[in-house]
Amino acid sequence: MNELSELKVNILQLLKEDARRSSDLIATLLGVGEEEVRVAIKELEDDHVIVKYATVVNWSKVEEEKVTALIEVQITPERGRGFDSIAERIYLFPQVKSVYLMSGAYDLLVEVEGKHLREVASFVSDKLSPLEAVLSTKTHFILKKYKQDGIIFEEHEEDHRLAISP
Amino acid sequence: MVNQSVKAENPTGMKHYINPLVRSIPPSGIRKFFDLVSGSKDIITLGVGEPDFCTPWHVREACVYSLERGMTKYTSNAGIPELREEIGQYLNDSFHVEYNPANEIMVTVGGSEAIDLALRALVNPGDEILIPEPSYISYSPIISIGGGVPVGIETTAKDEFKLTAEALQAAITPKSKVLILCFPSNPTGGTMTYEDYLPIAKIAQENDLIVISDEIYAELTYDQKHVSFASLPGMKDRTILVSGFSKAFAMTGWRMGYACGHRDLIDAMLKIHQYTVMCAPVMGQIAALEALKNGKEEKDRMVESYNMRRRLVVKGFREIGLDCHEPQGAFYAFPSIESTGLSSEAFAERLLFEGKVAAVPGNVFGKGGEGFIRCSYATSVAQLTEAIERMGKIVAKIKHEM
Repeated sequence: MNELSELKVNILQLLKEDARRSSDLIATLLGVGEEEVRVAIKELEDDHVIVKYATVVNWSKVEEEKVTALIEVQITPERGRGFDSIAERIYLFPQVKSVYLMSGAYDLLVEVEGKHLREVASFVSDKLSPLEAVLSTKTHFILKKYKQDGIIFEEHEEDHRLAISP
Repeated sequence: MVNQSVKAENPTGMKHYINPLVRSIPPSGIRKFFDLVSGSKDIITLGVGEPDFCTPWHVREACVYSLERGMTKYTSNAGIPELREEIGQYLNDSFHVEYNPANEIMVTVGGSEAIDLALRALVNPGDEILIPEPSYISYSPIISIGGGVPVGIETTAKDEFKLTAEALQAAITPKSKVLILCFPSNPTGGTMTYEDYLPIAKIAQENDLIVISDEIYAELTYDQKHVSFASLPGMKDRTILVSGFSKAFAMTGWRMGYACGHRDLIDAMLKIHQYTVMCAPVMGQIAALEALKNGKEEKDRMVESYNMRRRLVVKGFREIGLDCHEPQGAFYAFPSIESTGLSSEAFAERLLFEGKVAAVPGNVFGKGGEGFIRCSYATSVAQLTEAIERMGKIVAKIKHEM
């Protein structure tokens, strides 16, 4: 892991806020040349520091609602490969949205998304639990997302400042 | 109904009851423009003189907790001792000025009250009060109510809206008593460095001036560190340092400010303060204490965010053909609209009605303001980008008509 330049850190912050910002706008905001920003972004992409530009969607706003569950998974680590190989077997399923190795009472925290409860439940019973290394699972369904990745899902508060003030 | 009965008793209205000094204060130009803007729909406003951030949550939370604990009583007139100590520590750490929390620091209802108190404590009828302009609009009326005479000193874009020794010297008469400094400046974004201040301090000394230094924007400086006028050699006793929490910590609605100065001056101000407001609201004081203790990180984040937007608007204004000096502080840009051939007011009105962008015409800020508009960049990047685009169209249209 190499240390990032201040410019790159600033670029990452600006893109994290809004990934659609152009390199021209970022250059203006940071007071540097556009070329410099373009090169830095290219390097960040090549080094896989910038992994992807994705959109944060509030699915509860649309008809086609999704069900998300967080599943605590206890596993027996595999000799020589620790938790990694079993984690890989789990994260390769497309319905798995995230997998974290955790300290504490369980080992993996798995986020699974499905169209409805049944779909998630059958994923757990048919795919996850039967894995040899999996000792136990505990499924928690998410009822409402308030904030994700630092982004608050509720509508923005209106600007209630006076339009003109001294 | 009420109005009718009043009219019946006083066919000439009630105005003759009003103190002539109050009656003769001209209506604020900002107020007039506010009324125009209030009637308009779908506008983007660059007219706002306050941060677009909400007060950081830890500050709000500290206040809520204090209310839950029942901290709802008067505090000592000068403010809770812990807050005064924290203010003293903060001023010393940040600007190298040392004040004794016991008798040289008082907490006020916004920086505004501190300015009012200072002027009321100092101004005698006939005293001339020097104000570098374009300037924040509240000084002159308060001076006039006390029978003082506000004397504007023009600063110019050529000098980056700094106060020069020559301009100050030229405005001084035997009646000059107080110099008001407001740097970083609302509305110009101009700042003063230590070297800029040295000759000003010399003139203050030679002419025995008291200086009210309104440093409310001290935290909002870019590419340079704020210099407090009180930190100049020999100036501490001559200076009433006024500041507050509104701009640095996004706390405008809390009305929390403070004044620091020689104990004789603070004593006099405290006398007025204790008979008028007793003390600043305790919940605001608790919040201010939290802001000073734990608010540095959020404050720095906000300042960096203003700095980015500053670069955006200055570049934007220049690209659409408006001269714009680079503001070094506060969150205002003060572009010149001279190239459009219109007065500030005419331009601001066309910008509002045709471009749906509100900005404050520069003439309301006094001498040297004509030919400019004040644009606050404490607004989202998306809004600023849109506003500049709209302004560009209006500027092009006006120039096309010429």
